[in-house]
Amino acid sequence: MSILVFLEHHDSELLKPSLGVLSKAATLGEDATGVVLGSGVKEIASQAGKFGAAKVLVVDKPELEAPLPQPRVDALASIVEDRGFDTVLFAASVLSADVASGLSARLQAGLNWDLTDLVQENGILIGKRPALGDSVLVDVGWRSEPRLALIRAGTFDPQETGGDAEVEEFDAQFEDFSTAATMVERAHAESEGPSIEEADVIVAGGRGLGAPENFKLVEELAQALGGAVAATRAVVDAGWYPYSTQVGQTGKTVSPKLYIACGISGAIQHKVGMQSSGVIVAINKDPNAPIFEYSDLGVVGDLNEIVPKLTQLVRQRRS
Amino acid sequence: MKIAVCVKHVPEQARKIDPGTKRLDRSGEGAINPFDVHAVEEALRIKEARGGEVVIVTMGPQAAQDSVRKALAMGADEALLISDEAAEGSDLVATTNALAAALEKEGADLIVFGQQSSDSDGAVLWASVADRLRLPVISQVAELEVSDGKVRGKRQTEFGYDTIEAPTPAVLAVSDAINEPRYPSLKGIMGARSKPQRTVSVSELGVEGVGEAGSKTTVEALNDPPPRGDTVKIEDDGGAADKIVEFIAERKLL
Repeated sequence: MSILVFLEHHDSELLKPSLGVLSKAATLGEDATGVVLGSGVKEIASQAGKFGAAKVLVVDKPELEAPLPQPRVDALASIVEDRGFDTVLFAASVLSADVASGLSARLQAGLNWDLTDLVQENGILIGKRPALGDSVLVDVGWRSEPRLALIRAGTFDPQETGGDAEVEEFDAQFEDFSTAATMVERAHAESEGPSIEEADVIVAGGRGLGAPENFKLVEELAQALGGAVAATRAVVDAGWYPYSTQVGQTGKTVSPKLYIACGISGAIQHKVGMQSSGVIVAINKDPNAPIFEYSDLGVVGDLNEIVPKLTQLVRQRRS
Repeated sequence: MKIAVCVKHVPEQARKIDPGTKRLDRSGEGAINPFDVHAVEEALRIKEARGGEVVIVTMGPQAAQDSVRKALAMGADEALLISDEAAEGSDLVATTNALAAALEKEGADLIVFGQQSSDSDGAVLWASVADRLRLPVISQVAELEVSDGKVRGKRQTEFGYDTIEAPTPAVLAVSDAINEPRYPSLKGIMGARSKPQRTVSVSELGVEGVGEAGSKTTVEALNDPPPRGDTVKIEDDGGAADKIVEFIAERKLL
Protein backbone atom coordinates (compact mmCIF):
# COMPACT_ATOMS: atom_id res chain seq x y z
CA MET A 1 0.00 0.00 0.00
CA SER A 2 1.16 3.52 -0.65
CA ILE A 3 -0.62 5.74 1.83
CA LEU A 4 -0.96 9.50 1.76
CA VAL A 5 -2.08 11.20 4.99
CA PHE A 6 -3.66 14.66 4.92
CA LEU A 7 -1.97 16.64 7.70
CA GLU A 8 -4.16 19.44 8.98
CA HIS A 9 -2.54 22.35 10.75
CA HIS A 10 -3.52 25.37 12.79
CA ASP A 11 -1.33 28.17 14.15
CA SER A 12 1.83 26.57 12.71
CA GLU A 13 1.21 23.25 14.45
CA LEU A 14 0.24 19.97 12.86
CA LEU A 15 -2.92 18.76 14.56
CA LYS A 16 -2.84 15.78 16.87
CA PRO A 17 -5.67 13.80 15.22
CA SER A 18 -3.83 14.02 11.86
CA LEU A 19 -0.56 12.91 13.44
CA GLY A 20 -2.39 9.99 15.07
CA VAL A 21 -3.63 8.86 11.65
CA LEU A 22 -0.10 9.28 10.28
CA SER A 23 1.32 7.06 13.02
CA LYS A 24 -1.32 4.44 12.22
CA ALA A 25 -0.55 4.68 8.49
CA ALA A 26 3.12 4.08 9.21
CA THR A 27 2.20 0.70 10.67
CA LEU A 28 0.10 -0.28 7.63
CA GLY A 29 2.00 0.67 4.54
CA GLU A 30 5.53 0.48 3.32
CA ASP A 31 6.28 4.16 3.64
CA ALA A 32 3.66 6.61 4.79
CA THR A 33 3.71 9.99 3.12
CA GLY A 34 2.21 13.08 4.72
CA VAL A 35 0.89 16.06 2.82
CA VAL A 36 0.76 19.62 4.15
CA LEU A 37 -1.23 22.18 2.19
CA GLY A 38 -1.10 25.86 3.02
CA SER A 39 0.76 29.09 2.64
CA GLY A 40 4.06 29.49 4.44
CA VAL A 41 3.94 25.94 5.74
CA LYS A 42 7.32 24.51 4.66
CA GLU A 43 8.65 24.82 8.19
CA ILE A 44 5.89 22.86 9.88
CA ALA A 45 6.03 20.00 7.35
CA SER A 46 9.20 18.62 8.87
CA GLN A 47 7.39 18.08 12.22
CA ALA A 48 5.73 15.03 10.63
CA GLY A 49 8.94 12.97 10.43
CA LYS A 50 8.97 11.97 14.05
CA PHE A 51 5.40 10.67 13.84
CA GLY A 52 6.17 8.15 11.12
CA ALA A 53 6.23 10.00 7.80
CA ALA A 54 9.05 8.93 5.51
CA LYS A 55 8.25 11.81 3.24
CA VAL A 56 6.15 14.95 3.40
CA LEU A 57 4.80 16.64 0.30
CA VAL A 58 4.17 20.35 0.63
CA VAL A 59 2.06 22.54 -1.57
CA ASP A 60 2.80 26.09 -0.53
CA LYS A 61 0.52 28.51 -2.35
CA PRO A 62 -1.41 31.67 -1.45
CA GLU A 63 -4.63 29.97 -2.65
CA LEU A 64 -4.21 27.57 0.28
CA GLU A 65 -3.83 30.26 2.94
CA ALA A 66 -7.40 30.02 4.26
CA PRO A 67 -8.59 26.63 5.52
CA LEU A 68 -11.13 26.14 2.71
CA PRO A 69 -11.70 22.73 1.17
CA GLN A 70 -11.93 23.18 -2.58
CA PRO A 71 -8.37 24.29 -3.48
CA ARG A 72 -7.20 21.39 -1.30
CA VAL A 73 -9.21 18.99 -3.45
CA ASP A 74 -7.36 20.33 -6.53
CA ALA A 75 -3.97 19.88 -4.87
CA LEU A 76 -4.68 16.38 -3.57
CA ALA A 77 -6.17 15.23 -6.88
CA SER A 78 -2.97 16.35 -8.68
CA ILE A 79 -0.79 14.60 -6.13
CA VAL A 80 -2.72 11.33 -6.28
CA GLU A 81 -2.74 11.35 -10.07
CA ASP A 82 0.95 12.20 -10.30
CA ARG A 83 2.26 9.91 -7.56
CA GLY A 84 -0.27 7.09 -7.71
CA PHE A 85 -1.12 6.80 -4.01
CA ASP A 86 -3.63 3.97 -3.54
CA THR A 87 -4.95 5.19 -0.16
CA VAL A 88 -5.59 8.67 1.24
CA LEU A 89 -6.41 9.03 4.93
CA PHE A 90 -7.91 11.99 6.81
CA ALA A 91 -8.57 12.65 10.49
CA ALA A 92 -12.18 13.88 10.57
CA SER A 93 -12.72 17.61 11.01
CA VAL A 94 -14.94 20.32 9.55
CA LEU A 95 -12.30 20.97 6.89
CA SER A 96 -11.15 17.46 6.12
CA ALA A 97 -14.68 16.02 5.70
CA ASP A 98 -15.30 18.50 2.89
CA VAL A 99 -11.88 17.87 1.36
CA ALA A 100 -12.31 14.07 1.42
CA SER A 101 -15.82 14.28 -0.02
CA GLY A 102 -14.81 16.65 -2.82
CA LEU A 103 -11.86 14.40 -3.66
CA SER A 104 -14.19 11.41 -3.74
CA ALA A 105 -16.30 13.02 -6.48
CA ARG A 106 -13.28 14.31 -8.39
CA LEU A 107 -11.48 10.96 -8.54
CA GLN A 108 -14.65 8.83 -8.43
CA ALA A 109 -13.00 7.20 -5.44
CA GLY A 110 -14.79 5.42 -2.59
CA LEU A 111 -14.94 7.27 0.74
CA ASN A 112 -15.70 5.56 4.05
CA TRP A 113 -16.21 7.80 7.07
CA ASP A 114 -16.33 7.69 10.85
CA LEU A 115 -13.84 4.81 10.98
CA THR A 116 -12.46 3.77 14.36
CA ASP A 117 -9.86 1.34 13.02
CA LEU A 118 -8.07 0.19 9.90
CA VAL A 119 -6.83 -3.39 9.54
CA GLN A 120 -5.41 -5.54 6.81
CA GLU A 121 -7.16 -8.86 6.25
CA ASN A 122 -5.43 -11.11 3.69
CA GLY A 123 -3.69 -8.07 2.31
CA ILE A 124 -6.96 -6.17 1.88
CA LEU A 125 -7.64 -2.94 3.74
CA ILE A 126 -10.75 -3.05 5.90
CA GLY A 127 -12.22 -0.13 7.84
CA LYS A 128 -14.12 -0.57 11.10
CA ARG A 129 -17.12 1.67 11.36
CA PRO A 130 -19.53 1.88 14.29
CA ALA A 131 -23.01 2.55 12.92
CA LEU A 132 -26.59 3.04 14.09
CA GLY A 133 -25.65 4.74 17.32
CA ASP A 134 -22.60 2.46 17.64
CA SER A 135 -24.89 -0.57 18.09
CA VAL A 136 -23.20 -2.41 15.24
CA LEU A 137 -19.61 -2.49 14.03
CA VAL A 138 -19.51 -2.59 10.25
CA ASP A 139 -16.51 -3.82 8.25
CA VAL A 140 -16.27 -1.59 5.21
CA GLY A 141 -14.12 -1.93 2.14
CA TRP A 142 -13.24 -0.26 -1.14
CA ARG A 143 -13.79 -1.38 -4.70
CA SER A 144 -11.33 0.86 -6.43
CA GLU A 145 -8.27 2.98 -5.86
CA PRO A 146 -7.54 5.34 -4.38
CA ARG A 147 -9.32 4.37 -1.19
CA LEU A 148 -10.39 7.39 0.85
CA ALA A 149 -11.12 7.29 4.57
CA LEU A 150 -12.10 9.73 7.29
CA ILE A 151 -11.00 8.54 10.72
CA ARG A 152 -13.00 9.53 13.80
CA ALA A 153 -11.08 12.24 15.66
CA GLY A 154 -9.05 11.00 18.58
CA THR A 155 -9.04 7.37 17.41
CA PHE A 156 -5.28 7.04 17.06
CA ASP A 157 -2.63 8.57 19.28
CA PRO A 158 0.41 10.10 17.63
CA GLN A 159 3.43 7.83 18.24
CA GLU A 160 6.79 9.52 18.34
CA THR A 161 9.08 7.13 16.55
CA GLY A 162 11.87 9.58 15.89
CA GLY A 163 12.97 9.75 12.30
CA ASP A 164 13.27 12.51 9.77
CA ALA A 165 11.02 13.13 6.84
CA GLU A 166 12.20 14.17 3.44
CA VAL A 167 10.26 17.32 2.56
CA GLU A 168 9.41 17.80 -1.11
CA GLU A 169 7.55 20.69 -2.70
CA PHE A 170 4.81 19.92 -5.15
CA ASP A 171 3.25 22.41 -7.51
CA ALA A 172 -0.53 22.48 -7.98
CA GLN A 173 -2.92 24.42 -10.16
CA PHE A 174 -6.38 25.47 -9.08
CA GLU A 175 -9.76 25.37 -10.77
CA ASP A 176 -11.64 28.66 -11.01
CA PHE A 177 -14.61 27.35 -9.04
CA SER A 178 -12.31 26.06 -6.31
CA THR A 179 -11.08 29.52 -5.44
CA ALA A 180 -14.50 31.22 -5.79
CA ALA A 181 -15.33 30.90 -2.09
CA THR A 182 -13.21 33.21 0.04
CA MET A 183 -12.57 33.62 3.74
CA VAL A 184 -13.87 37.01 4.84
CA GLU A 185 -13.11 36.79 8.53
CA ARG A 186 -11.75 34.38 11.05
CA ALA A 187 -12.88 35.13 14.58
CA HIS A 188 -11.09 32.62 16.65
CA ALA A 189 -11.71 32.42 20.30
CA GLU A 190 -8.64 32.29 22.48
CA SER A 191 -9.05 28.96 24.12
CA GLU A 192 -7.43 28.45 27.48
CA GLY A 193 -7.08 24.71 27.34
CA PRO A 194 -7.02 22.02 24.67
CA SER A 195 -9.96 21.75 22.27
CA ILE A 196 -12.37 18.89 22.96
CA GLU A 197 -11.21 17.01 19.84
CA GLU A 198 -7.65 17.02 21.05
CA ALA A 199 -8.01 16.70 24.80
CA ASP A 200 -7.01 13.50 26.59
CA VAL A 201 -9.40 14.39 29.40
CA ILE A 202 -12.87 15.89 29.04
CA VAL A 203 -15.14 17.02 31.84
CA ALA A 204 -18.67 17.49 30.55
CA GLY A 205 -21.67 19.18 32.09
CA GLY A 206 -25.38 18.66 31.53
CA ARG A 207 -28.67 19.96 32.75
CA GLY A 208 -28.09 18.30 36.10
CA LEU A 209 -25.73 21.16 36.93
CA GLY A 210 -28.90 23.09 37.66
CA ALA A 211 -27.74 26.52 36.54
CA PRO A 212 -25.30 28.00 34.05
CA GLU A 213 -23.04 29.41 36.78
CA ASN A 214 -22.42 25.86 38.01
CA PHE A 215 -20.34 25.22 34.90
CA LYS A 216 -17.63 26.79 37.06
CA LEU A 217 -17.42 23.45 38.90
CA VAL A 218 -16.85 21.63 35.63
CA GLU A 219 -14.30 24.18 34.43
CA GLU A 220 -12.30 23.94 37.65
CA LEU A 221 -12.17 20.17 37.50
CA ALA A 222 -11.16 20.25 33.83
CA GLN A 223 -8.43 22.73 34.61
CA ALA A 224 -7.13 20.62 37.49
CA LEU A 225 -6.97 17.60 35.18
CA GLY A 226 -5.46 19.55 32.28
CA GLY A 227 -8.53 18.74 30.21
CA ALA A 228 -11.23 20.43 28.18
CA VAL A 229 -14.84 21.29 29.02
CA ALA A 230 -17.72 19.83 27.03
CA ALA A 231 -21.48 20.28 27.21
CA THR A 232 -24.65 18.46 26.23
CA ARG A 233 -27.11 19.61 23.64
CA ALA A 234 -29.66 20.52 26.31
CA VAL A 235 -27.40 23.06 28.00
CA VAL A 236 -26.08 24.45 24.73
CA ASP A 237 -29.67 24.94 23.54
CA ALA A 238 -30.44 26.63 26.85
CA GLY A 239 -27.57 29.04 26.22
CA TRP A 240 -25.49 27.90 29.20
CA TYR A 241 -22.44 26.99 27.16
CA PRO A 242 -21.17 27.57 23.60
CA TYR A 243 -21.98 25.22 20.76
CA SER A 244 -18.30 24.59 20.04
CA THR A 245 -18.21 22.42 23.17
CA GLN A 246 -21.28 20.35 22.33
CA VAL A 247 -20.75 16.61 22.30
CA GLY A 248 -23.27 14.33 20.67
CA GLN A 249 -25.09 13.58 17.48
CA THR A 250 -25.55 17.21 16.53
CA GLY A 251 -22.26 18.27 18.03
CA LYS A 252 -18.84 16.70 18.09
CA THR A 253 -17.73 13.13 18.45
CA VAL A 254 -14.91 12.78 20.94
CA SER A 255 -12.86 9.92 22.31
CA PRO A 256 -10.62 11.14 25.11
CA LYS A 257 -8.84 8.75 27.45
CA LEU A 258 -11.03 9.96 30.32
CA TYR A 259 -14.55 11.41 30.11
CA ILE A 260 -16.17 12.68 33.28
CA ALA A 261 -19.89 13.35 32.86
CA CYS A 262 -21.40 15.66 35.47
CA GLY A 263 -25.18 15.89 35.66
CA ILE A 264 -25.66 14.22 32.28
CA SER A 265 -28.50 11.74 31.93
CA GLY A 266 -26.92 10.18 28.87
CA ALA A 267 -29.57 10.26 26.15
CA ILE A 268 -28.68 8.46 22.93
CA GLN A 269 -28.09 11.88 21.33
CA HIS A 270 -25.20 12.40 23.74
CA LYS A 271 -24.03 8.80 23.88
CA VAL A 272 -23.11 8.59 20.21
CA GLY A 273 -20.70 11.48 20.64
CA MET A 274 -18.65 10.12 23.53
CA GLN A 275 -19.10 6.38 24.00
CA SER A 276 -15.77 5.53 22.39
CA SER A 277 -13.98 7.36 25.22
CA GLY A 278 -11.40 5.26 27.08
CA VAL A 279 -12.77 5.48 30.61
CA ILE A 280 -16.14 7.03 31.39
CA VAL A 281 -16.97 8.30 34.87
CA ALA A 282 -20.51 9.56 35.47
CA ILE A 283 -21.82 11.57 38.39
CA ASN A 284 -25.59 11.90 38.56
CA LYS A 285 -28.16 12.09 41.32
CA ASP A 286 -30.64 9.90 39.42
CA PRO A 287 -29.70 6.23 39.99
CA ASN A 288 -31.66 5.27 36.87
CA ALA A 289 -29.88 7.68 34.51
CA PRO A 290 -29.08 5.87 31.23
CA ILE A 291 -25.48 7.08 31.36
CA PHE A 292 -24.74 4.52 34.09
CA GLU A 293 -25.37 1.76 31.52
CA TYR A 294 -22.25 2.70 29.61
CA SER A 295 -20.02 4.19 32.29
CA ASP A 296 -17.02 2.44 33.79
CA LEU A 297 -17.59 4.15 37.12
CA GLY A 298 -21.02 5.45 38.02
CA VAL A 299 -21.46 7.66 41.07
CA VAL A 300 -24.94 8.32 42.38
CA GLY A 301 -24.78 11.54 44.33
CA ASP A 302 -24.88 15.32 44.43
CA LEU A 303 -22.36 16.76 42.01
CA ASN A 304 -22.33 20.07 43.90
CA GLU A 305 -20.62 18.22 46.73
CA ILE A 306 -18.61 15.65 44.83
CA VAL A 307 -17.10 17.75 42.04
CA PRO A 308 -15.45 20.46 44.19
CA LYS A 309 -13.98 17.77 46.44
CA LEU A 310 -12.74 15.89 43.43
CA THR A 311 -11.12 19.03 42.04
CA GLN A 312 -9.34 19.61 45.31
CA LEU A 313 -8.08 16.01 45.49
CA VAL A 314 -6.86 16.11 41.90
CA ARG A 315 -4.99 19.35 42.58
CA GLN A 316 -3.32 17.78 45.60
CA ARG A 317 -2.30 14.69 43.66
CA ARG A 318 -0.92 16.65 40.73
CA SER A 319 0.95 19.31 42.68
CA MET B 1 -33.94 33.21 -7.19
CA LYS B 2 -34.30 29.45 -7.59
CA ILE B 3 -33.35 27.40 -4.55
CA ALA B 4 -32.99 23.62 -4.62
CA VAL B 5 -33.10 21.82 -1.28
CA CYS B 6 -31.75 18.29 -1.11
CA VAL B 7 -33.59 16.14 1.42
CA LYS B 8 -33.33 12.51 2.46
CA HIS B 9 -36.06 10.11 3.49
CA VAL B 10 -34.78 8.20 6.53
CA PRO B 11 -36.21 5.31 8.58
CA GLU B 12 -38.15 6.65 11.55
CA GLN B 13 -38.01 3.86 14.08
CA ALA B 14 -35.70 1.09 15.30
CA ARG B 15 -33.02 1.23 12.69
CA LYS B 16 -31.41 -2.00 11.64
CA ILE B 17 -29.24 -3.36 8.90
CA ASP B 18 -30.60 -6.11 6.66
CA PRO B 19 -28.12 -8.99 7.13
CA GLY B 20 -28.80 -10.23 3.58
CA THR B 21 -28.16 -7.07 1.58
CA LYS B 22 -26.04 -5.49 4.34
CA ARG B 23 -27.92 -2.29 3.61
CA LEU B 24 -29.98 -0.23 6.02
CA ASP B 25 -33.46 -1.71 6.34
CA ARG B 26 -35.72 0.95 4.83
CA SER B 27 -38.90 -1.11 4.89
CA GLY B 28 -40.58 0.56 7.89
CA GLU B 29 -42.06 4.00 8.30
CA GLY B 30 -39.88 6.83 7.13
CA ALA B 31 -39.70 10.56 7.57
CA ILE B 32 -37.73 13.52 6.32
CA ASN B 33 -34.23 13.64 7.83
CA PRO B 34 -34.69 16.12 10.72
CA PHE B 35 -31.54 18.04 9.78
CA ASP B 36 -32.93 18.66 6.29
CA VAL B 37 -35.98 20.43 7.72
CA HIS B 38 -33.63 23.28 8.68
CA ALA B 39 -32.46 23.46 5.06
CA VAL B 40 -36.07 23.64 3.84
CA GLU B 41 -36.83 26.36 6.41
CA GLU B 42 -33.80 28.44 5.39
CA ALA B 43 -34.73 28.17 1.70
CA LEU B 44 -38.29 29.33 2.50
CA ARG B 45 -36.95 32.32 4.45
CA ILE B 46 -34.76 33.34 1.51
CA LYS B 47 -37.71 33.00 -0.84
CA GLU B 48 -39.91 35.07 1.47
CA ALA B 49 -37.28 37.80 1.71
CA ARG B 50 -36.16 37.90 -1.91
CA GLY B 51 -38.77 36.11 -3.99
CA GLY B 52 -38.23 33.05 -6.12
CA GLU B 53 -39.06 29.39 -5.92
CA VAL B 54 -38.02 26.41 -3.82
CA VAL B 55 -37.69 22.97 -5.36
CA ILE B 56 -37.18 19.87 -3.23
CA VAL B 57 -34.82 17.28 -4.68
CA THR B 58 -34.50 13.79 -3.26
CA MET B 59 -33.38 10.32 -4.21
CA GLY B 60 -35.00 7.24 -2.73
CA PRO B 61 -37.88 4.79 -2.92
CA GLN B 62 -41.42 5.91 -3.79
CA ALA B 63 -42.06 6.16 -0.03
CA ALA B 64 -39.78 9.21 -0.09
CA GLN B 65 -42.84 11.09 -1.37
CA ASP B 66 -43.85 11.34 2.32
CA SER B 67 -40.77 13.42 3.05
CA VAL B 68 -41.30 15.46 -0.07
CA ARG B 69 -44.88 16.24 0.95
CA LYS B 70 -43.74 17.48 4.35
CA ALA B 71 -41.38 19.93 2.63
CA LEU B 72 -44.12 21.01 0.23
CA ALA B 73 -46.51 21.46 3.15
CA MET B 74 -43.99 23.78 4.79
CA GLY B 75 -44.13 25.94 1.68
CA ALA B 76 -41.80 24.59 -1.01
CA ASP B 77 -43.14 24.98 -4.54
CA GLU B 78 -42.34 21.74 -6.28
CA ALA B 79 -40.43 18.50 -5.94
CA LEU B 80 -38.25 16.16 -7.93
CA LEU B 81 -37.79 12.54 -6.84
CA ILE B 82 -35.07 10.40 -8.36
CA SER B 83 -36.53 6.96 -7.88
CA ASP B 84 -35.23 3.90 -9.59
CA GLU B 85 -34.28 0.36 -8.59
CA ALA B 86 -31.08 0.99 -10.47
CA ALA B 87 -30.21 3.65 -7.88
CA GLU B 88 -30.49 1.32 -4.89
CA GLY B 89 -27.31 0.64 -2.94
CA SER B 90 -25.70 3.89 -4.07
CA ASP B 91 -22.74 4.99 -1.95
CA LEU B 92 -21.43 8.56 -1.75
CA VAL B 93 -19.89 8.59 -5.24
CA ALA B 94 -22.94 7.01 -6.89
CA THR B 95 -25.43 9.22 -5.03
CA THR B 96 -23.39 12.27 -5.97
CA ASN B 97 -23.43 11.31 -9.64
CA ALA B 98 -27.21 10.94 -9.70
CA LEU B 99 -27.99 13.99 -7.59
CA ALA B 100 -25.57 16.24 -9.48
CA ALA B 101 -27.11 15.19 -12.80
CA ALA B 102 -30.57 16.12 -11.55
CA LEU B 103 -29.41 19.39 -10.00
CA GLU B 104 -27.58 20.41 -13.14
CA LYS B 105 -30.86 20.23 -15.05
CA GLU B 106 -32.63 22.28 -12.33
CA GLY B 107 -30.14 25.12 -12.70
CA ALA B 108 -30.75 26.54 -9.21
CA ASP B 109 -28.94 29.62 -7.87
CA LEU B 110 -28.57 27.99 -4.47
CA ILE B 111 -28.42 24.33 -3.55
CA VAL B 112 -29.01 23.75 0.16
CA PHE B 113 -28.32 20.66 2.28
CA GLY B 114 -28.91 19.88 5.98
CA GLN B 115 -25.87 19.26 8.16
CA GLN B 116 -25.93 15.46 8.23
CA SER B 117 -28.18 12.48 7.61
CA SER B 118 -29.56 10.89 10.73
CA ASP B 119 -29.41 7.33 9.35
CA SER B 120 -25.90 7.02 7.91
CA ASP B 121 -24.42 9.85 10.01
CA GLY B 122 -23.00 11.12 6.76
CA ALA B 123 -21.96 14.75 6.62
CA VAL B 124 -20.22 14.81 3.29
CA LEU B 125 -22.64 14.89 0.35
CA TRP B 126 -22.62 18.63 -0.35
CA ALA B 127 -18.90 18.82 -0.97
CA SER B 128 -18.95 15.97 -3.48
CA VAL B 129 -22.02 17.39 -5.24
CA ALA B 130 -20.35 20.83 -5.38
CA ASP B 131 -17.25 19.32 -6.92
CA ARG B 132 -19.29 17.44 -9.52
CA LEU B 133 -21.20 20.63 -10.38
CA ARG B 134 -18.00 22.70 -10.25
CA LEU B 135 -19.62 25.16 -7.83
CA PRO B 136 -18.29 26.80 -4.65
CA VAL B 137 -19.43 25.26 -1.36
CA ILE B 138 -19.83 26.56 2.20
CA SER B 139 -20.65 23.95 4.85
CA GLN B 140 -21.85 24.05 8.47
CA VAL B 141 -23.46 27.46 7.94
CA ALA B 142 -25.05 28.75 11.14
CA GLU B 143 -25.84 32.27 9.88
CA LEU B 144 -26.57 33.09 6.27
CA GLU B 145 -26.80 36.35 4.35
CA VAL B 146 -27.97 36.30 0.76
CA SER B 147 -27.48 39.31 -1.50
CA ASP B 148 -27.39 39.86 -5.23
CA GLY B 149 -25.07 37.35 -6.79
CA LYS B 150 -23.46 36.19 -3.56
CA VAL B 151 -23.90 34.42 -0.25
CA ARG B 152 -22.07 34.89 3.00
CA GLY B 153 -22.07 32.19 5.63
CA LYS B 154 -20.82 32.23 9.19
CA ARG B 155 -19.90 28.88 10.58
CA GLN B 156 -18.30 27.23 13.52
CA THR B 157 -15.15 25.17 13.23
CA GLU B 158 -12.95 23.51 15.82
CA PHE B 159 -11.17 26.83 16.31
CA GLY B 160 -13.90 29.44 16.30
CA TYR B 161 -16.02 31.22 13.72
CA ASP B 162 -15.24 31.59 10.04
CA THR B 163 -17.12 33.90 7.70
CA ILE B 164 -16.98 32.71 4.10
CA GLU B 165 -18.34 34.36 1.00
CA ALA B 166 -19.11 32.79 -2.36
CA PRO B 167 -20.68 33.91 -5.62
CA THR B 168 -23.91 32.20 -6.70
CA PRO B 169 -24.68 29.65 -7.93
CA ALA B 170 -23.34 27.96 -4.84
CA VAL B 171 -23.85 24.91 -2.65
CA LEU B 172 -24.57 25.36 1.07
CA ALA B 173 -24.92 23.01 3.99
CA VAL B 174 -26.70 24.59 6.96
CA SER B 175 -26.36 23.56 10.59
CA ASP B 176 -29.41 22.95 12.73
CA ALA B 177 -28.52 26.04 14.75
CA ILE B 178 -29.44 28.27 11.79
CA ASN B 179 -33.18 28.46 12.41
CA GLU B 180 -36.23 27.05 14.14
CA PRO B 181 -38.27 25.32 11.44
CA ARG B 182 -41.96 26.11 11.10
CA TYR B 183 -44.68 23.51 11.37
CA PRO B 184 -46.74 23.03 8.23
CA SER B 185 -50.11 24.78 8.46
CA LEU B 186 -53.32 22.92 7.70
CA LYS B 187 -53.61 24.96 4.53
CA GLY B 188 -50.05 24.01 3.63
CA ILE B 189 -50.76 20.34 4.18
CA MET B 190 -53.90 20.48 2.05
CA GLY B 191 -52.15 22.46 -0.66
CA ALA B 192 -49.12 20.16 -0.84
CA ARG B 193 -50.99 17.54 -2.84
CA SER B 194 -51.65 19.80 -5.76
CA LYS B 195 -48.06 21.01 -6.09
CA PRO B 196 -45.97 19.62 -8.97
CA GLN B 197 -44.15 16.41 -8.01
CA ARG B 198 -41.98 14.94 -10.71
CA THR B 199 -40.30 11.55 -10.65
CA VAL B 200 -37.30 10.75 -12.84
CA SER B 201 -35.43 7.51 -13.46
CA VAL B 202 -31.67 7.13 -13.71
CA SER B 203 -31.89 6.54 -17.46
CA GLU B 204 -33.97 9.69 -17.88
CA LEU B 205 -31.18 11.58 -16.14
CA GLY B 206 -28.76 10.02 -18.62
CA VAL B 207 -26.08 9.49 -15.98
CA GLU B 208 -23.58 6.67 -15.48
CA GLY B 209 -22.10 5.39 -12.24
CA VAL B 210 -25.28 5.18 -10.13
CA GLY B 211 -26.50 2.39 -7.83
CA GLU B 212 -24.51 -0.53 -6.52
CA ALA B 213 -22.67 -0.81 -9.85
CA GLY B 214 -21.41 2.76 -9.55
CA SER B 215 -20.51 2.49 -5.88
CA LYS B 216 -16.88 2.43 -4.85
CA THR B 217 -17.30 1.23 -1.28
CA THR B 218 -18.54 -2.07 0.11
CA VAL B 219 -19.95 -3.45 3.33
CA GLU B 220 -18.00 -6.62 4.09
CA ALA B 221 -19.39 -7.76 7.42
CA LEU B 222 -21.54 -6.78 10.37
CA ASN B 223 -20.22 -7.40 13.86
CA ASP B 224 -21.21 -6.69 17.41
CA PRO B 225 -19.35 -3.73 18.83
CA PRO B 226 -16.67 -4.57 21.40
CA PRO B 227 -18.39 -4.69 24.79
CA ARG B 228 -17.52 -2.17 27.45
CA GLY B 229 -16.42 -3.60 30.78
CA ASP B 230 -18.87 -3.79 33.63
CA THR B 231 -19.99 -0.60 35.32
CA VAL B 232 -18.86 -0.10 38.88
CA LYS B 233 -21.71 1.80 40.50
CA ILE B 234 -21.38 3.44 43.87
CA GLU B 235 -23.53 5.70 45.99
CA ASP B 236 -21.94 8.75 47.50
CA ASP B 237 -21.50 8.36 51.24
CA GLY B 238 -19.20 11.34 51.45
CA GLY B 239 -16.22 9.41 50.05
CA ALA B 240 -17.15 9.34 46.36
CA ALA B 241 -14.54 11.91 45.35
CA ASP B 242 -11.77 9.79 46.89
CA LYS B 243 -13.06 6.72 45.09
CA ILE B 244 -13.11 8.55 41.75
CA VAL B 245 -9.52 9.71 42.24
CA GLU B 246 -8.47 6.18 43.13
CA PHE B 247 -10.30 4.77 40.11
CA ILE B 248 -8.69 7.12 37.60
CA ALA B 249 -5.28 6.94 39.25
CA GLU B 250 -5.32 3.12 38.99
CA ARG B 251 -5.86 3.55 35.26
CA LYS B 252 -2.93 5.98 35.08
CA LEU B 253 -5.15 8.82 33.97
CA LEU B 254 -4.22 11.27 36.66
